[in-house]
Amino acid sequence: MKTNIKFIQGNEVFAKAALYAGVQFYAGYPITPSTEIAEILSEVLPKRGGKFIQMEDEIASICAIIGASLTGLKAMTATSGPGFSLMQEAIGYAVMTEVPLVVVNVQRGGPSTGMPTSVAQGDVMQARWGTQGDHSIITLTASNLREAFNMTVEAFNLAETFRTPVILLFDEVLAHMREKIIIPGPGEIEVVKRLRTSVPKGTNYHPYLTREDGRLPMSDFGGVHRYNVTGLVHDMWGFPSTDPKVAYDLLHHLVDKLENHAELLARYKKYYTEDAEILLVSYGSSTRSALHMIEARRKRGLKIGLLELQTLWPFPRQTVRRECDGRSHVLVVEMNMGQICQEVKKAVSEPDKVFLANRIDGIFISPVDILRALNMIQGKGV
Amino acid sequence: MAVKDYLRQRFFPQIWCAGCGHGIVMGGMIRAIEQLGLDKNEVVLVSGIGCSSRVAGYLDFHTMHTLHGRALAFASGVKLGRPHLKVIAPMGDGDALAIGGNHLIHAARRNIDVTAIIMNNSIYGMTGGQTSPLTPFTKRGTTAVFGTIDHCFDIAQLAKGAGASFVARTTTYHAKEMIKMIHDAINHKGFSLVEVMSQCPTYYGRKNDLGAAVDMMKGFRDGTVRKGSKKLEEHPEFVERGVLVNEARPEYVSSYMDLIEKLRGERENLEQGAASR
Amino acid sequence: MVKRVVFSGSGGQGVITASIILAEAAVIYDDLNAVQTQSYGPEARGGATRADVIISREPIHYPKVLNPHVLVCLTQEAYGKFSGIIRPGGLLLTDSKFVKVERKVDARQVELEMYGAVMAEIGNAIVFNVCMLGALIGLTDLVRPNSALEMVKSKINPDFLEMNEKAFGIGMRLADSHK
Repeated sequence: MKTNIKFIQGNEVFAKAALYAGVQFYAGYPITPSTEIAEILSEVLPKRGGKFIQMEDEIASICAIIGASLTGLKAMTATSGPGFSLMQEAIGYAVMTEVPLVVVNVQRGGPSTGMPTSVAQGDVMQARWGTQGDHSIITLTASNLREAFNMTVEAFNLAETFRTPVILLFDEVLAHMREKIIIPGPGEIEVVKRLRTSVPKGTNYHPYLTREDGRLPMSDFGGVHRYNVTGLVHDMWGFPSTDPKVAYDLLHHLVDKLENHAELLARYKKYYTEDAEILLVSYGSSTRSALHMIEARRKRGLKIGLLELQTLWPFPRQTVRRECDGRSHVLVVEMNMGQICQEVKKAVSEPDKVFLANRIDGIFISPVDILRALNMIQGKGV
Repeated sequence: MAVKDYLRQRFFPQIWCAGCGHGIVMGGMIRAIEQLGLDKNEVVLVSGIGCSSRVAGYLDFHTMHTLHGRALAFASGVKLGRPHLKVIAPMGDGDALAIGGNHLIHAARRNIDVTAIIMNNSIYGMTGGQTSPLTPFTKRGTTAVFGTIDHCFDIAQLAKGAGASFVARTTTYHAKEMIKMIHDAINHKGFSLVEVMSQCPTYYGRKNDLGAAVDMMKGFRDGTVRKGSKKLEEHPEFVERGVLVNEARPEYVSSYMDLIEKLRGERENLEQGAASR
Repeated sequence: MVKRVVFSGSGGQGVITASIILAEAAVIYDDLNAVQTQSYGPEARGGATRADVIISREPIHYPKVLNPHVLVCLTQEAYGKFSGIIRPGGLLLTDSKFVKVERKVDARQVELEMYGAVMAEIGNAIVFNVCMLGALIGLTDLVRPNSALEMVKSKINPDFLEMNEKAFGIGMRLADSHK
């Protein structure tokens, strides 16, 4: 038996990938359909000298990982819709204080308790705008377990590089399905270490003074540099400020540090796009149905291709525009009422050519659903 | 070191009103930490939101000013993340007992080695004098102009019931007693809580005709008694001061570190066994 | 070559475990691709439960099964709910103790006394699912019998290994008579 070939469930893959990326601290609260991540890490982390704590709720969970991250540990939590809602205030705190961390949201049917065991992709906008105020955030997703592994490692890398919370927006189908995955060996995927300050003891360390390359080296709590962290608008020392210039610069910094790198952060895949007259745009598990449908139609001569988005936020506007413009139809495939479809419409030159194929009833969207939508927009009837 | 050596002068002037009790509590914290001889780099202050929470920024330690009510959740992450650190959470009564009540009881239940210093002024000061879960029955605030019909918590009893292994109560009038209590609380292994009754002359005092700061502090002097005092039998309305709980119980982080050692130790033994075979 | 399989029964019969063993055997020992999904939620804790497996040489995209080549029904409820979805010309495997076949479907219908044989020869219902898996492997070429058996061995507590091997063999034997 080749030991690196595994047949495991999505949630187990996410946990293994987090360990590969060097996660050292997990705090969480049980919630379907993400609970297996916590179960696995509760067992594995202490064996590796890492820490696991089951907190009293999701609010406490994300607060605990922010605290742990400030002590220098790579930290994460995992949840689903209702828990993700509870975490929003603290996600904003992590954005404001520029604390690296990873939040896995295994999406399920919403709003509210919704359909706990059914698939949905309704949290796309919540990941972007769930916490108050202007800010930017990184959100990644994947459609198969190998890519989910890569994206999980990537999430930790980007969190450290940009000092920001990164949301992994998976879904119930991906989290619960099992498929073949070849687990990468050590060194096969780059793992980014935390950038720590080189300022020596006794010299002033400015926790929020960006370097020329735009990066902010950190100093661990408990280390030689003592500084203040606050969710208030703050200056380069981390002290609260109501100076309009400080506020303006900080907000711009928080937005620009990601939005200015939107194309650099864009992770996507193209399938059969070269000669495609019709382009499907999808992400997460919906991509699988889109690809199934495309391969079946291609056999019948239909020129149809797929753009799979792995970075949802910052939205890869230029990539989407470049790939969509000039096609006869663009069909966005997702399991919500058009959250990414609207973004695609905003990005392209001819928004009237952008249509939605969706399902919102807890049933996993099927290739037939997509074909039906395609026939409809082509005027072929249902 | 002198008290002022613990202050971040860059941060001053501080924001508290004249007569506020919180500065006395901050002074007590500094003196307790100084007496303990702690290195500044091993102390982490984690606060929430409110007047009391500003203590964190004013002091020259590793400091986090977090979200309303969540200080103990953040603090738990810091403590479990770096167990050698002394983690102290300065909190207010609304912060700790209303929005943060859940985190308080669970930190107590886990008996995690964090020290909560609750500055209880019976009111929300930062937002302008609304009643809190520590506003006594019939007392007034801007959201209870006719006197509150809510009943208030007994912080010490709550913490005790939830499993805190060190619980003490004092007031800003009893500054020396407070220093000793904070000292012992920080030294205690396990979840420790010190409730310090603190005056808010601006809101609580004014709304309830309690006079100026000095009058309110006299009220603390006259309305409280030492634990076990005979006066308490005659005047059950008096508030008891002192160390009310002090017991040794397994501490959360130590238990976790024991688990790590056990798991890793066993693994190492297995590897040794394999090598010798 | 794509084979789509649906296992159905009630929570506690081990149909999900059986589905994982089949799919994992295909991946680990037969160098094929496979995906496995299952119904979650309250129904997985006592009601009708279902697990889907797709086995293929090619990459598998859509992971659910709409019309299975092979359908296994271990309760009357599951039979009533799912017998209509079988692909014409497929295989419908039922246990004769639990399922009374009521109507004709355009499929090869195989009724086996798996539960009865397990209880008679082993006396422990816990290996009913492995017996079913043995029968399924015997009736189809989804994976090589040895691959499935190896997978059973790697998943099962060694103390119960003998019982499971025996159950698998009973299933294979019952299938033989229907080849």
